[in-house]
Amino acid sequence: MINLNDIMETINMISEENLDIRTITMGISLLDCAGPDIKSSCERVYDKITRKAEHLVKTGEDIEREYGIPIINKRISVTPIALLAAAGGDPLLYAKALQRAADSTGVNFIGGYSALVHKGFSAGDEALIRSIPEALAITENICSSVNIGSTKSGINMDAVKLMGETVRQTAERTADRDCIGCAKLVVFCNAVEDNPFMAGAFHGIGEPDCVVHVGVSGPGVVQAALKKCPDGDLGRLAEIIKRTAFKITRMGQLVGTEASKRLGVQFGIVDLSLAPTPAVGDSVAHILEEMGLETCGIHGTTAALALLNDAVKKGGVMASSSVGGLSGAFIPVTEDAGMIDAARSGDLLLEKLEAMTAVCSVGLDMIAVPGETPAEVISAIIADEAAIGMVNTKTTAVRVIPAIGKKAGEELQFGGLLGSGPIMKVNLTKSPKRFIDRAGRIPAPLQSLKN
Amino acid sequence: MKTVVSVIGMDAVGIISEVSAVCAECNANIVDITQSVLQDMFVMVMLTEIEELNCSFSEFSDKMKALGKDRGLDIRVMHEDIFNSMHRI
Repeated sequence: MINLNDIMETINMISEENLDIRTITMGISLLDCAGPDIKSSCERVYDKITRKAEHLVKTGEDIEREYGIPIINKRISVTPIALLAAAGGDPLLYAKALQRAADSTGVNFIGGYSALVHKGFSAGDEALIRSIPEALAITENICSSVNIGSTKSGINMDAVKLMGETVRQTAERTADRDCIGCAKLVVFCNAVEDNPFMAGAFHGIGEPDCVVHVGVSGPGVVQAALKKCPDGDLGRLAEIIKRTAFKITRMGQLVGTEASKRLGVQFGIVDLSLAPTPAVGDSVAHILEEMGLETCGIHGTTAALALLNDAVKKGGVMASSSVGGLSGAFIPVTEDAGMIDAARSGDLLLEKLEAMTAVCSVGLDMIAVPGETPAEVISAIIADEAAIGMVNTKTTAVRVIPAIGKKAGEELQFGGLLGSGPIMKVNLTKSPKRFIDRAGRIPAPLQSLKN
Repeated sequence: MKTVVSVIGMDAVGIISEVSAVCAECNANIVDITQSVLQDMFVMVMLTEIEELNCSFSEFSDKMKALGKDRGLDIRVMHEDIFNSMHRI
């Protein structure tokens, strides 16, 4: 018989501490759908997605019921659409086909309206990027991402410039809906091919034809575990986080292997991320505060986050046969109750968030900026963040939302997992325009002589 | 396949009997029962074999949930693997 305390611990994690499987994401390659006639390509895209993912949502729900563990999202990631768009035609037709597939399969997001342009644009890339504002405005459940830099190739500043404009246009196109288009658009440096989390998920070209990834969550569980140790030193806290991350990840591994078995699809990876939600008790910021910071965003936040991020990975790696994705702590501002409070009170500033991204998973995520922020400043924010990722050989991303018509201090409301939050202050007194307008490429960094 | 039926709530007369009655009604074989009072809460855990269920797993689970609702108890039916994988290496 299983130990009673172990059973109670698991039930408590689920019922009181918001433990859940954040997403089961099916990665589907669409490479075999591309053709010279875009209309038939779109039909093949729709057919393949609906065929492969026909039972995805039901399987997720069945597992949820049998195992008693909430599985919040069922999603799909696909081959970057720019690769299909290379054959010509209006990429928006693909966006519409993907939306139809999302409606038919019942998934809440399809990610992969994407382009990989870290070294330059190839056929289809630029057309796809220019179609992003429209694509995100006319669809509900499609996510877009663009990779503009990597450690091996440097940063494509032409793309950075273009993405600054694209982010602004996306906000303008969806200004009537609190600029929600930008919540579905991520700009990456060192994007990963097997990320199950939105909005940055796409199915990399090195992946198998069809694969199932799982993204776990559980900031509340970590916080609750740390609460039981108010006086331990930081080494002890790291141990507690490791142990907790191990348990969370084991659950993800179980659900992932079970889903792959039932769907008859290869199992990909577990992404062992601490992904917060706006719900109380599901916040990464509150973990940092539990460690001893009066509020998230003050001095000491970067160090605490570094400890947390590393311990999560160490604990999780042993628990899964295959760890991948973005694995680490996420710090999306509008999706995290503690971050929202810290941003509202002015304790958490954009500059501190940028520093935090150097030591944790992903980057400047879900940050509302004033509507007056010009495209070149958004490009400069993207360039700074990409530089951190490029030099530190890690994934970084920017998902900022220019709040058209609103100023710092006002709020945006997205609802659901995307949350809500205050518009953060951006330094707009001086302009980076001349730097951004130079465009070109920032060369790849030296990988030795590290200081 | 074995499932863990967990019952948490205020102690009262007849809880085990009623949960067992649902098991019998659905032909779920009880393999083990542990019960305890933790922090003033009645906690009972029942390990059941459900290979021979005369209804679907969902119906079994829903019946337990309905009973829980009637009696003001938190009753969950969960596959035992979730506990095995989390707490055993």
